[in-house]
Amino acid sequence: MTAPGSSGAPRIRQPRKLGAGRRTEIPPKSLHNLPPGQAAKEMVHVSATPVLALRGVSKRFGAVQALTDVELEVHAGEVVALVGDNGAGKSTLVKTIAGVHPIDEGVIEWDGKSVSISRPHDAQNLGIATVYQDLALCDNIDVVGNLFLGRELTRRGVLDEVEMERRSRELLTTLSIRIPSVRIPIASLSGGQRQTVAIARSMLGAPKLVILDEPTAALGVEQTAQVLDLVERLRERGHAVILISHNMADVKAVADKVAVLRLGRNNGVFDVRTTSQEEIISAITGATDNAVTRRAARSTGEVSK
Amino acid sequence: MSIDKTSAAAQDEHAVENPEAAAAAVTAVDPRLLVREQGLAGYLGEFKRKMKAGELGSLPVVLGLLIICVVFQSLNSNFLSAQNISDITVTMVGTGMISVGIVFVLLLGEIDLSVGSISGAASALAAVLAVNQGWPEWAAILVAVGAGVAIGALHGFFFAVLGAPAFAVTLAGLLFWLGFMLKVLGENGTINLDSDGLIGKLTTYFFADVAAAYGLAAVVVGVFFVSSFLGNRRREAVGVPSRPLSDTLLRTGLLAVVSFAAAFMYNQYKGLPLATVVFLAFLIATDFVLRRTAYGRKIFALGGSVEASRRAGINVTAVRISVFAISGGFAAIGGLFLASKIASANQSAGTGDLLMNAIAAAVIGGTSLFGGRGRTWNALLGVLVIVSIQYGLQLESIAEPVKYMITAAVLLTTVVIDSITRKTQKTAGRA
Repeated sequence: MTAPGSSGAPRIRQPRKLGAGRRTEIPPKSLHNLPPGQAAKEMVHVSATPVLALRGVSKRFGAVQALTDVELEVHAGEVVALVGDNGAGKSTLVKTIAGVHPIDEGVIEWDGKSVSISRPHDAQNLGIATVYQDLALCDNIDVVGNLFLGRELTRRGVLDEVEMERRSRELLTTLSIRIPSVRIPIASLSGGQRQTVAIARSMLGAPKLVILDEPTAALGVEQTAQVLDLVERLRERGHAVILISHNMADVKAVADKVAVLRLGRNNGVFDVRTTSQEEIISAITGATDNAVTRRAARSTGEVSK
Repeated sequence: MSIDKTSAAAQDEHAVENPEAAAAAVTAVDPRLLVREQGLAGYLGEFKRKMKAGELGSLPVVLGLLIICVVFQSLNSNFLSAQNISDITVTMVGTGMISVGIVFVLLLGEIDLSVGSISGAASALAAVLAVNQGWPEWAAILVAVGAGVAIGALHGFFFAVLGAPAFAVTLAGLLFWLGFMLKVLGENGTINLDSDGLIGKLTTYFFADVAAAYGLAAVVVGVFFVSSFLGNRRREAVGVPSRPLSDTLLRTGLLAVVSFAAAFMYNQYKGLPLATVVFLAFLIATDFVLRRTAYGRKIFALGGSVEASRRAGINVTAVRISVFAISGGFAAIGGLFLASKIASANQSAGTGDLLMNAIAAAVIGGTSLFGGRGRTWNALLGVLVIVSIQYGLQLESIAEPVKYMITAAVLLTTVVIDSITRKTQKTAGRA
């Protein structure tokens, strides 16, 4: 328990909750019974030290307690889905990791070492890339230009279009992203292709952790599949991925673990393969009647109605 | 690794559903062209595809120029005389320079209404310093252009830092700098410039030597060919699709025809005009900055999406201020050329239809009013159209009111074309 004694917080640590988090590190043997679609996960080495670990993170906005003692662990080669209802604190949590909102209490561990992330720049330097929900692409600029936007390669002060194009093709090929041409404006691409470009863009800095904020929210069936394929490829390449989604089907399809947030608190971490969709949904909506919620309700005294 | 397998599978999948994409992946044609077949057939197909998708580019304005030439030439055979064309290309430089600055502002999706007044103020400042204060003319020019840059930056500050709409800020600038110009000129109102001075020479000097025009044409064509050739060689070396040699040769050939025809035409009259050379130099330089430097990329990015640019780490405020400074600087340079043309700085400088013509030239040339699309060459094409119409009507002794109306009709036509093509592009998924 590395969480520092959070300044007289009234609540008591719940060992069971953490226990649940630990349990999800599935021993490799259990992977052998997986359906063929998930066989790729076998090859992934899930390291013992998480790439990112949040220990007892809290965040307040004035009188609003947005996050309370949140715990989260993400390992390399692992996709963690972050789910919860609107207002559960998913976006706030992601923003604390991305450095948009510095945390008030708790510890952020990066590769096992405690770090402070107070600016977006800090997060980028650590190797955290965030793909926000609304795409951060310029419609009028071609794919290459968008991939390198803000970090253009230059040769003697002049844009090195050749090298940028070569690297773009290389990157898109390794991610198996199919686009008619890397030299057409983003406006000509479909929604799914745009999202894959946005994700590919985040990969340019070779991040260890990629945060995807509802990457499939506005996409059709085919496009969603493309993006989910890409998420799996990120995992295969050993990146840690945090995926925010409202879509249980997506979560079931690609995630290894599901971390549920409810009203700014952890409401369980589940292994996707062994947990039914109903269980996850009841954790999101708070219908779960388990020791964790009961205890939380008792210790804070804020009983629902 | 299984990655290879999945990528191969993905390729197969797409090959079935999207044969075009697969074809593009196989042929090693420069993807910027999107030409499926090489040679003439490829160009024809490409042309048809672009027309269908509403990517007209500079086509309407080139067609317009052709129509203007045919109509006015049939009305008066002096229209396409060497003297008339030489006059047109010298006269257009003043407005054209201002229009180059406007292209920068339009690329952001903003507007600068103050450029007319800035040009007048700059010419007044230069005249007062050079004639009344006895400064050397080069110093007066530097101060005037510097003042233009500073004024533009000030407008940019109000827009980018304080968040006032560019439209309103530059409208205020239009009035303020008009007043400033009148104040600087004093009671007399008109300051005559030395027509043999540096400013006077801007539009009256011609490189009379026949070799000058041909030499410049040869240099331009040579540099273009060598840079395209080396660029393609590098692309080939790195394994990125490149243009076929025939394509480079075709482009070089076209450029050579235009350049040498212009050189021949200039040599029929007084020779190569200094004003045109300066204008071309600025066009080449600004085009290079916009398309080949990281700074230019930032301007386009801001025109596409401000939020995306901000997230990409672009200093939005700095780029905005700099663009308005560039606009102010080019307005001042244009003002000097306009003053040079009439050999004086007077109270009517920078007023009348100058502002509208400068903006119209950028738009007529093909710069989008909606931001993120355009090139500084658009300013050249647009101002050619406007000044050609003016000269053609003058040859026909058609009165001023009609000139205004015709220019207005041309501008409206262009804006309508811009809007319609944008709609077509949207439906074709390219806007």
